[in-house]
Amino acid sequence: MGLFKKLITAVRGGAREVGEAVVDMNAIRIYEQEIEDAKNNLARAKQDLTAVMAKEMQAEREIKRLADELVKYEGYALDALSKGHEDLAQEVAEKIAEIETEQDSQKAAREQFVAHTRRLKSIMKQTEGTIRQHERELAMVRTTESVQKATRSISDNYGAGATRLLDAKASLERIKQRQQTHYDRMDAASSLDAEIGSESLEAKLKGAGIADAEKAGSDVLARLKRKAAVN
Amino acid sequence: MPSLKTLMQGVGALDEETRKGADFDIQPLPGDDEVIQVIINGQEELPVFVTASDSQILCICYLWGEDEIEADAKLELLEAMLDMNIPMPLSSFGRIGNKYAVFGAISVHTTAIEIAHELATLSDNAVDAIDALSEFLR
Repeated sequence: MGLFKKLITAVRGGAREVGEAVVDMNAIRIYEQEIEDAKNNLARAKQDLTAVMAKEMQAEREIKRLADELVKYEGYALDALSKGHEDLAQEVAEKIAEIETEQDSQKAAREQFVAHTRRLKSIMKQTEGTIRQHERELAMVRTTESVQKATRSISDNYGAGATRLLDAKASLERIKQRQQTHYDRMDAASSLDAEIGSESLEAKLKGAGIADAEKAGSDVLARLKRKAAVN
Repeated sequence: MPSLKTLMQGVGALDEETRKGADFDIQPLPGDDEVIQVIINGQEELPVFVTASDSQILCICYLWGEDEIEADAKLELLEAMLDMNIPMPLSSFGRIGNKYAVFGAISVHTTAIEIAHELATLSDNAVDAIDALSEFLR
């Protein structure tokens, strides 16, 4: 939100000095620094996450191993009891209590790792959001600046003289005129095509002796001879 | 990511069929090669200016200045422009300083064919927009 509002104020303010920044450089530097920091935090959080998830998996494996141990020693204890080795059963029971204590502490550690993972993931999500927002806002500032820079170049080039941009109506008029000329030419060309087409039809007819054929020299001579005979 | 200049050279090198009949005269603006001027044949009066920022390429075609708008028609004109903004293909209305424009924004990760399509559409939109909205102009 921050830069968006600043941009609106800056752009709506309109008449600013040529070359003046849209948003002061300090604000931009702060944003860039924040993006940089956020990216570093994100990279660190990703590393931490990998480490914590590895520890979580380790704890998980250890819990599983201890559970297997428990089953095994409980079997031993029951065996010892059934065979009347009360003392041995007592010893095994102590071992079982030890394993259970170890298992409890592993479970507590696993809970901590799970919570840590959750916290890191939420931090990463938040950080990614911050980066996205800052980058979008910076893109807006940069775009505004490059448009203003382009506008200055364009008005420098089209400021005056022969290359001056016309007003909208005059431009439209000229474009329409040019299009009309283009269409007229196309019309002329197509009627010319039609004429040439009909000429070629006539030629075909003549060729087939249907329309008036070209007068041949021999025909003329024959006519002249007939005329001479009459006289 | 190719530079704007490379992309625009690509536009210039497209064959006629890909350009769908539009001929482009592509020149960097003298003194500023970050702005490229494109003139589309038959519509020389409405050049398109192309410039790029970090994330997008902007194609801009100026329409009219604030001073060309009929004195009491501005609100109606702005409303008509807002209404037309969504249906107008690939372009939007905008204002830069005191000049109104149509523009199109494309990701910098684009192709010459996309740019050519954008340029031709933008130029046609500009002509159509002036034609359609000229009743609000002096």
